[in-house]
Amino acid sequence: MQQGPEEKTITEERLLPGQPATLAPGHTLGSITDKISWVVLRRPITLGWVSGFAIAFGLLMLLQLAIGYLLFRGVGIWGINIPVGWGFAIINFVWWIGIGHAGTLISAILLLLKQNWRNSINRFAEAMTLFAVACAGMFPLIHTGRPWLAVYWLFPYPNTMGVWPQFRSPLIWDVFAVSTYGTISLLFWFVGLIPDLATFRDTAKNPVARFVYGLLAMGWRGSARHWKRYESAYLLLAGLATPLVLSVHTVVSFDFAVSILPGWHTTIFPPYFVAGAIYSGFAMVLVLAIPIRQFYGMKDMITERHLDNAAKVMLATGLIVAYGYAMEVFFAWYSANGFERFMMHNRMFGPYGWAYWMLIATNIVIPQVLWIRSVRLAPFKLFLVSIVVLVGMWMERFVIVAVSLHRDFLPSSWGMYVPTRWDWMTFVGTLGLFFTAMFLFIRIMPMISIFEMRTLLPESKIEEEVAAHD
Amino acid sequence: MDNEQNTKGAQEPAKPKADVCPTKRGKLELSEVRDMLTEKKGPQYWRTLDELSQTPEFEEMLHREFPRQASEWEGGGTSRRDFLKVMSASLALAALSACVKQPLEPIVPYVRQPEEITLGKPLFFATAFPMPMGAVPVLVESHEGRPTKIEGNPQHPATLGGTDVFTQASILTLYDPDRSQTITYLGDARPWGQFLNAIRGPLNAQKAAGGGGLRLLTGAVTSPTLAAQIRDFQKLYPQAKWHVWEPVAHGNARAASQARFGQPIDTQYNFEKAEVVVTLDGDFLSSGFLGFHRNARQFAARRRPELKEAMLRMYAVESTPTNTGGKADHRLPVRASEVESIARALAAQVGVGGASVNLQGEQAKFVAAAAKDLQSKRGRCVVVPGEHQSVAVHMLAHSMNQALGAVGQTVIYTDPIEAAPVDYTASLKEIVGDMNAGKVDILIMVGVNPVYDAPVDLNFQQAMDKVPLRVHQGMYQDETSRLSHWHINGTHYLEQWGDARAFDGTASIIQPLIAPLYSGRSDHELLAMMNGQSDASGYDLVRKYWQTQHTGLDFESWWRRSLHDGLIEGTTSAPKTIAAKGTAIPAAPQSSGSMEIMFRRDHTIYDGRFAQNAWLQETPKPMTQLTWDNAVLLSIATGKKLDIKTEDLVELEYQGRKVKGAVWLTPGHPDNAATVYLGYGRDNSGRVASGLGFNAYKLRRSDAPWFDRGLKLTKTGETYELACTQGHQNMEGRALVRAATLEEFIKNPGFAHEMVEAPAPGLTMYAAYQYKDHKWGMTIDMNSCIGCKTCVVACQSENNIPVVGKTEVKRGRHMHWLRIDTYHEGTAENPKSYFQPVPCMQCENAPCEVVCPVGATVHSAEGLNDMVYNRCVGTRYCSNNCPYKVRRFNFLLFTAPVWDSPQLSMLQNPDVTVRSRGVMEKCNYCVQRITHARISAEEDNNRKIPDGEVLTACQQACPADAIVFGDMNDPNSRVSKMKAMQRNFGLLEELNTRPRTTYMAVVRNPNPELEPQQKREEHASLAVADAGKGV
Repeated sequence: MQQGPEEKTITEERLLPGQPATLAPGHTLGSITDKISWVVLRRPITLGWVSGFAIAFGLLMLLQLAIGYLLFRGVGIWGINIPVGWGFAIINFVWWIGIGHAGTLISAILLLLKQNWRNSINRFAEAMTLFAVACAGMFPLIHTGRPWLAVYWLFPYPNTMGVWPQFRSPLIWDVFAVSTYGTISLLFWFVGLIPDLATFRDTAKNPVARFVYGLLAMGWRGSARHWKRYESAYLLLAGLATPLVLSVHTVVSFDFAVSILPGWHTTIFPPYFVAGAIYSGFAMVLVLAIPIRQFYGMKDMITERHLDNAAKVMLATGLIVAYGYAMEVFFAWYSANGFERFMMHNRMFGPYGWAYWMLIATNIVIPQVLWIRSVRLAPFKLFLVSIVVLVGMWMERFVIVAVSLHRDFLPSSWGMYVPTRWDWMTFVGTLGLFFTAMFLFIRIMPMISIFEMRTLLPESKIEEEVAAHD
Repeated sequence: MDNEQNTKGAQEPAKPKADVCPTKRGKLELSEVRDMLTEKKGPQYWRTLDELSQTPEFEEMLHREFPRQASEWEGGGTSRRDFLKVMSASLALAALSACVKQPLEPIVPYVRQPEEITLGKPLFFATAFPMPMGAVPVLVESHEGRPTKIEGNPQHPATLGGTDVFTQASILTLYDPDRSQTITYLGDARPWGQFLNAIRGPLNAQKAAGGGGLRLLTGAVTSPTLAAQIRDFQKLYPQAKWHVWEPVAHGNARAASQARFGQPIDTQYNFEKAEVVVTLDGDFLSSGFLGFHRNARQFAARRRPELKEAMLRMYAVESTPTNTGGKADHRLPVRASEVESIARALAAQVGVGGASVNLQGEQAKFVAAAAKDLQSKRGRCVVVPGEHQSVAVHMLAHSMNQALGAVGQTVIYTDPIEAAPVDYTASLKEIVGDMNAGKVDILIMVGVNPVYDAPVDLNFQQAMDKVPLRVHQGMYQDETSRLSHWHINGTHYLEQWGDARAFDGTASIIQPLIAPLYSGRSDHELLAMMNGQSDASGYDLVRKYWQTQHTGLDFESWWRRSLHDGLIEGTTSAPKTIAAKGTAIPAAPQSSGSMEIMFRRDHTIYDGRFAQNAWLQETPKPMTQLTWDNAVLLSIATGKKLDIKTEDLVELEYQGRKVKGAVWLTPGHPDNAATVYLGYGRDNSGRVASGLGFNAYKLRRSDAPWFDRGLKLTKTGETYELACTQGHQNMEGRALVRAATLEEFIKNPGFAHEMVEAPAPGLTMYAAYQYKDHKWGMTIDMNSCIGCKTCVVACQSENNIPVVGKTEVKRGRHMHWLRIDTYHEGTAENPKSYFQPVPCMQCENAPCEVVCPVGATVHSAEGLNDMVYNRCVGTRYCSNNCPYKVRRFNFLLFTAPVWDSPQLSMLQNPDVTVRSRGVMEKCNYCVQRITHARISAEEDNNRKIPDGEVLTACQQACPADAIVFGDMNDPNSRVSKMKAMQRNFGLLEELNTRPRTTYMAVVRNPNPELEPQQKREEHASLAVADAGKGV
């Protein structure tokens, strides 16, 4: 794949001096296709993949065990109690759904904002969204005492008894928000896949793969008419998904903000939840992107430019989150409400004070290293910071959910929350589900959008557009 | 029925087609049979059926496989369309019936409907629950022949309708699957006849020898019939001896009365006129104290601050924190052995007793103030000694009450209610001596467990082993029964005839509510067997006895009336005027050693006899809120000194005997002393009782049954987990319990409303809901509440509340719909305590209702916050949003024991759903009782439901009358009047939840000499400042 010295990618031209490019120079239309489809269609299964998949699949089996036992015995196998009625299940739910946000943000909002660099990460970020939403969506159902009823009583289905859900409850809003989000994410992801699936259909040698990809490609021929309709559909879906990025986590935050519990009853929750979601979402994107570019040789497609941009987004959203924490403290003081003040004091210096300070350290203090450019460009350091942020965002939900509940209005009813092994198994199990899906995804689907990467090449630019930039 | 017929139908040989669908002529149809039957009246009814069943028509109808409508198929051509229609309908029906699991058992309605029974309507029968300190008269709710709930008998003068924890929980013992179910000989099941054969020879031998080798050991007997039987027994075996053993009842009171009056007497207190009460370790407000119910009722009535200056003031000298001390205005924590010197000092200052004792500091001030107060309220004061206090303290109390003019006013002496008012320890010592001397050939033990609870130095077990024939009768296979030859399974009081006296002497007939579940033998029947009347029934015995007692003409109607009322008129003990014979106070004993051990009966399992009762095990003990275990109570300072923390396992060494127990550091406990509760540490005594706590009887000696110095505490380094339902007893400066002194209250009766800023009603855009018919509400008077927990057990019994066990309590999953929050205020050495019963507040703006996604908790048109169990999916959001945390969740299948045990399923109240796993539940003001009242009012020409017709279970059970429930739409109802009072406030009303359950603020009545007003105001303002800070 040698390239003449005079040839440059257009994206490179627009860069500031010293800034890495979105796509390394030297690619052609064919080389992009070859490189991405090679991972799925021709690359042999490596020991690394197998062992990674085996671990993830083992954890998935653990999840199955945990849920099986849960259905058999009841939610009492977890550490929840009165007063802490919600524990790991809700913490995990909010955490996963937050992670899911980055995918939609990247594919929809950055598309509308014409951020071309998104093209190399949007596909697996969307997959990540989908799998994270699957992990998250499981929790509201299994955390109920009687999931076999909750599975349909939470939906407004017409029935002879005229019994409907209670529409004032934020949990019902949640049902709509999450199911809408899941549906749109799936559609968006699938629609985005269609041209690439057609590419696979055309290049695959295995007749079964050809058949399956052909089925999924839905007769895509790549005609101009196809492309025209496709572009507008994709844009429409992006338009639909964009408000969802903001609304889903807003609604999730209503689960807390609507209640009267000190520590939950806060107006700042919607924006600060959305920021936190994007924060953790980008951290997860980096946690996935850094190994992928390393092990699949994608450093030329997922360049340091991407790492840099993702780190910057993390830094910005992290600061919004920090502002949220500061405002919580301020509100507690400014409200002059004894219960609010106690809640804040208890958060910091109560029996779970360690969780609060761990949250401050992992979510606010440590990520400040991202101000340093060399850290943003160093994949391994960035990977570590991303892990720290993921832990921090989980701690944030722990502090909000469990620590607020454990000491509320009547001291007589205060309690403690100690997760059981089943709590941990369920949590670790969802990581298994997520990574199993992720491992399968990179082996059977194009993990980077082929056709969108092609648009980054100089030859795919329309002349006027090129001229406009000159 | 249906099933039965179906099986019958299935067994019939196939009939020719014509027979299956017979023609109408000559055949009987169901409706015709019904008509035939209804035409006949009375006894003819049954004869007709018999006759009817002989007719070929009837036979034919029975054997017909298809009902009447099946005949439609005959003759007329059925179209394919019709066939499909019917088939699809039946398919749909089949699918429907598959939705619900049908019971497999054939369901048979009453063949002969008993008189008075209307299915679904409970009946109430009067009976009495026998306890050593006096029986508790009760009304028992019976559903179709199975008793389900115990209520107090409001007609009874002794209890005035109140009950206690033991009484409320006694119904669970009836259905306990671990009760002894058969007669055993050396552990093997035997029939009654075999026992008769085996015992006949030895008994006849004894009869011939005058019964010299025969011993009868019973608990305290208050039953007149049993006493008469024992007299007969003693006539039959003149040399036989009767011994009585009760491990915790009466204590030293009896020895003191013997010393003072030369005869045993019972001391009752009448708080109706009391204005000053001084207790010398006397916890007269704890379940199990003589006259507890009346004490509580009268005490609460005298504590109403509306009495102004006449409000009762209470001083408590206490060795262990009890709820009685929690109600006191002044509390002095001292070790049990020091109570005597305080009693002496107090006696000297009121002008009786010997030389004064010099007290120091706070104790001197306390005694001086109390003495002054007592003397200024002569005749309206009372000194109450504790059962476990020394003889000297009892004597001093008698002297003081005499000197203060209390006797005859607030103190009433009566003859003992017990038939044999002996000194139990002496009685037990005597029998042990006889057994050791080989004088005992046959030992009959009725309803006692001395192997477990006898003083350890008597070595009862060793002595008993020397007896050649040992017979034990009791409800459980226990420590004693396993070491006896014969064990006779006893009866529960709800399955036997009998009688018993309440503490005031009033006798009640015990009538059975159900036939013995395991054909047990009552104590009456056992005695009758020994008296040679082996086939006499309990009914005959009791009735015959009362026939000899009744002097009037018409015995039958008198008997019926006594049964109906639950008490026998004219049996109440008359107050006795009795002169003191000896007034010499025994010298104070000299004791060595620094650490003191104090034995106490348990608050919930008494002396251990209720250890197998899971409701009582799970009832939090007053003050400590511990469940499922006993603990070694230590003061916080002592814990610090010995470097012992709560839940540390320590070894208690006393007089060479060692026991290991877990420590619970308790505020208000005296230093250098440890309290241990009796009744735990059972082994092999049922699935509930075994393996809980430690056995303090192993340290208890006959010479110091209640307290002694010389305890050694050693840390073992291990810990033992205790299950407490309230880990935090500090109000954190929040105005949860609102309290003031009497002085402040008189100055500012509305003080309770100044403590928080509650939003005014009507600050909303929406019009308030108009309650047209009823608007239920409740008030709880915290000044009256004595924290005894009776309401908690009553609620559990009424509402089928499951027991969760120790592990789940530890996890914070206990299910009590009503709990009593106990808060301390002040120093850890001597805090003030407050009791706050917390049921559901039934908020007008209920935070739980808006967050439920499926609408499983909704507001009713009568103002209740209803739970729809069927609809609940268990998100627990409602509980998270409930600021009172009164909602309880079925985290696991807590009702599994009910499903698994046929006995426990009989216990369930059929008016209340038995909740399954994954469902939220909570108090609903006993909505089933409201519904019963509403239905009966509607049937009755839509009459009004009068105030007081609906009593919630907690209200009915409360001995202190602290809970008032009623219709707030009726301005004359008690609850409306209570709510109009100025002490009325809502818990957390600043949240604008507008609770429907409200509280009456606490008004204490401290002596200004001991608690100067100014100092307290400072304290109060500090508290307010703290509330502002909230930390």
